[in-house]
Amino acid sequence: MSTALLSLAHVTKAFGADMALDDVSLDLAAGEFFCLLGPSGCGKSTLLRLIAGFEAPTSGTLHLAGEDMAARPPHRRPVNMMFQSYALFPHMDVAANVGYGLKGLGRAGIAARVDELLRLVRLDGFGRRRPDTLSGGQRQRVALARALAREPKILLLDEPLGALDRTLRDETQGELRALQKRLGTTFIVVTHDPGEAMALADRIGVMDRGRLVQVGDAATLYERPATRFVAGLLGDVNLIAGQVADRTGDIARVETGLGSLHAGVQPDAPGAGAAVVVALRPERIVLGPADTATDAEPNALAGHVTEITYLGDRIRHRVRMADGSEIRATVAAGGQAPAFAPGDAVALGFPPGAATLLPA
Amino acid sequence: MRTSGRPAVTRLVPVLPFLWLGAFFLLPVLITLKISLSAAATAQPPYLPVLDWSAGPEGWGTFLEELDFANFETLANDALYRDAALSSLSLAAIATAFLLVVGTPIAYAMARAPARVQPLLVALVIVPFWTSFLIRIYAWIAILKPEGLLSAGLMRLGLIDRPLELLNTQAAVLIGLTYAYLPFMVLPLYAVFARLDPRLRDAAADLGASPTRVFWSVTLPLAGPGLMAGALLCFVPMVGEFIIPDLLGGSDTLMLGRVLWSEFFSNRDWPLASAVAILLLILVVGPLVLFREAETRRTEAAR
Repeated sequence: MSTALLSLAHVTKAFGADMALDDVSLDLAAGEFFCLLGPSGCGKSTLLRLIAGFEAPTSGTLHLAGEDMAARPPHRRPVNMMFQSYALFPHMDVAANVGYGLKGLGRAGIAARVDELLRLVRLDGFGRRRPDTLSGGQRQRVALARALAREPKILLLDEPLGALDRTLRDETQGELRALQKRLGTTFIVVTHDPGEAMALADRIGVMDRGRLVQVGDAATLYERPATRFVAGLLGDVNLIAGQVADRTGDIARVETGLGSLHAGVQPDAPGAGAAVVVALRPERIVLGPADTATDAEPNALAGHVTEITYLGDRIRHRVRMADGSEIRATVAAGGQAPAFAPGDAVALGFPPGAATLLPA
Repeated sequence: MRTSGRPAVTRLVPVLPFLWLGAFFLLPVLITLKISLSAAATAQPPYLPVLDWSAGPEGWGTFLEELDFANFETLANDALYRDAALSSLSLAAIATAFLLVVGTPIAYAMARAPARVQPLLVALVIVPFWTSFLIRIYAWIAILKPEGLLSAGLMRLGLIDRPLELLNTQAAVLIGLTYAYLPFMVLPLYAVFARLDPRLRDAAADLGASPTRVFWSVTLPLAGPGLMAGALLCFVPMVGEFIIPDLLGGSDTLMLGRVLWSEFFSNRDWPLASAVAILLLILVVGPLVLFREAETRRTEAAR
């Protein structure tokens, strides 16, 4: 018996021949802010609906607070969901929406609780309004209040910020996180937006074609991705194919089309002879004029700049390498004009710790 | 100007529905209204006055003077017509209630069926229309008559020991009405149920509502417009229904459609028959106007 609040073990869900969920296992602690991240169709919404009880797993088990949920219909689970585009009842006013799930409090008790919830989401005085007279941000807060009304053990949020415009989304992210910390309720958010996942969650679970491929905090996923998919999902990354030549301590030497590269490895990383991919974030590359190329860095490369893009906070360089491949390197802009022009010969280097080895 | 150069046909298009309604609805109603204000006569046509075009404006004067509300006074004073009107309204109302009770579960089940089979189910609801209405009502005679399928079947099962007295009763009329109008109830209801966002049901269940509460608190209220549309679509023509009471109802089944028919064909009293038709029109337009009012108020409240 684990102490996890929510425990999924080998959960599989098939829709006909489609595997929506493929052997998903996950433990969540109480009070966690967890985020399921993945592109559309990766199974994240199916997993959320399965926790809520709208779908039954084809195989595998789901325990909530130690209890098997297999036979529990949605209306008997201590879990509430905030639906994508909110699913507010259009024929009820805001107060009736928020109070819909409240029972056994009496008329006055329900009214008091609804007021309390509306204050929580800063919508006091909106009780008599109809959902279709509210703005998108207000509707989102009504949906949040309605889902919190029953004090669920876990709140499930399906793309909670997806329908909001960009500025409102940034602001709401902060509010949502503050609210979660204050209430201490376990939140599970589904999103396709890596930035949102990183801004909100304590831990992120990345899903790809029905599989939960990696679970970890934002920094781990970004710096130490488990697969090429995770590496590419969280940000731009250079992927250089090669073969492990040898290992010295926690540094592996990889033979690639660009020559020998050195990358930091975990103890369980593949040994000599394994086909791997060196993953290297563009901002971890040190870029210098061609004549500064030294052997100080174990990874010294040379190429020609083909394109420079000014992105405000950083400058992205596309560099054509000797073997014809392209490496993207970014440097902080710092208010200065780009140091290079297209056609310039440049030297590239990176410390071994900046690179990660991924399975090919 | 390019716009003024548009072909006349294009500019005529918006007017066409009005021309159609004017020619085939408004004009006949006006003619019926005029005949209802006339007096019966043994003549051709069988009513007076007839406008004498050659008499000029004076002819119009005498023509209008001779029109009166005598037929409507007859309708108001003769208990037969009042009873027929009340009986029509109450039979149509009871049948509408039956249709709601029978049609709602059918429509809901259709909307919740797998998407693949829904077109088939809709087709099955429509298929009876491919057979003549008259033949389908005759078939009910064969089912309901004392030696018919229903009594014979129930006696075979030992549930009754004597044939049922169903044919030529109000019960038979109600059965016939409910059967014949069911598609008009099911289709609009199916349309609203099918269009309901399934996440609203999920949201209600998620908030602890049992399936029964979900249906009563979310599904049914949101299907309100469909319920109203279906009820009116059935109620309005049922008030004036003639064939079903004529074939399945007994001599005691008084409905306005039958009264109208006998005034027109048996008594050759065109003016009184027209007055009955106008009364029928008022009885069925009433609920429609109320419905429109309620709809407008609802949409405005939502705004």
